Amino acid sequence: MVFEVFRRERKGQPFQHAGAIDAPDERFAEIYAREQYGRRQESVALWLVPREAVNEIDEFPDEFEMKYRRVDGYSIKARLHEARERAGTLDMAPGGDAAA
Amino acid sequence: MTSDRVDLLLSMADDELILGWRNSEWTGIAPFLEEDVAFSSIAQNEIGHARALYELAAAELGTSADELAFDREPEEYRSSPLVELRRLEWARTIARHWLYETADEIRLVSLKDSDDAEIAGLAAKMDREEAYHRMHAEMWIDRLLATDEGRVRLDEAVDELWPYALGVLDDELRDELRARVGARLGRALPEVEAVPRGVHEAELAELWEEMTSVRRSAPAGAQW
Repeated sequence: MVFEVFRRERKGQPFQHAGAIDAPDERFAEIYAREQYGRRQESVALWLVPREAVNEIDEFPDEFEMKYRRVDGYSIKARLHEARERAGTLDMAPGGDAAA
Repeated sequence: MTSDRVDLLLSMADDELILGWRNSEWTGIAPFLEEDVAFSSIAQNEIGHARALYELAAAELGTSADELAFDREPEEYRSSPLVELRRLEWARTIARHWLYETADEIRLVSLKDSDDAEIAGLAAKMDREEAYHRMHAEMWIDRLLATDEGRVRLDEAVDELWPYALGVLDDELRDELRARVGARLGRALPEVEAVPRGVHEAELAELWEEMTSVRRSAPAGAQW
């Protein structure tokens, strides 16, 4: 079984992910976590969480379509090409835009 | 000849050094990664304890910890045969680990009461530091006792190592070891002669060759 380990370095700090441990049961996981993350007084607390208890979310609907707020939300290249076409200056573009 | 105090210190220091070496033999090849880390860490602690013990003996003898640890001939070590055995088999390793930690705890607790302040102080410190080793060993014993196969393999290993385990302790402490181990396993241990210190296992010479090879390859007093 895989357990994820979170550690709190000092009181008041948030728990941060520190690593994973493979152990046959919770007791082994605790001993290993103490060894790997706690024997040298480097943590004030540890959380041990079985991997299967972790609910991972990795897909997000783009509900608002606010692409314009993002650095990559506008394709400047495509709009520039359209503008040059309208102006008839495609062949004068630096780097050659004619083929785009 | 050396004093009783030096004999005691060297017996314990040699036990810890040799056992540390044996534990470190699992580095890289333990059944799974977490045990690799656990045994490597335990080995480091044992060797640290060996060093502290050698330093006490060295102060009395007017020498250094390194010279005591590495410059004696194999026959001059006072380690217990239990730690000298080379047993790269997991059930034996766990049984030896648990038997040694149990015997060592009995020994340390008795030394904490010593009139010798230095020895009592060091025994108390080591006793505290062994907490993790004991947790680890006990965890394994529980797990092995929980299944039929585990129990059979543990029993076999303990029976094989039992005469050696008795030999770690002086006579007057052996009954306590027998009581503790018997209670934990829920059965009587075989009535056997203890394998005492003094006659070394054949494997010790090979261990010594490897352990002291770097030391012997450099002229005395070389600085690194």
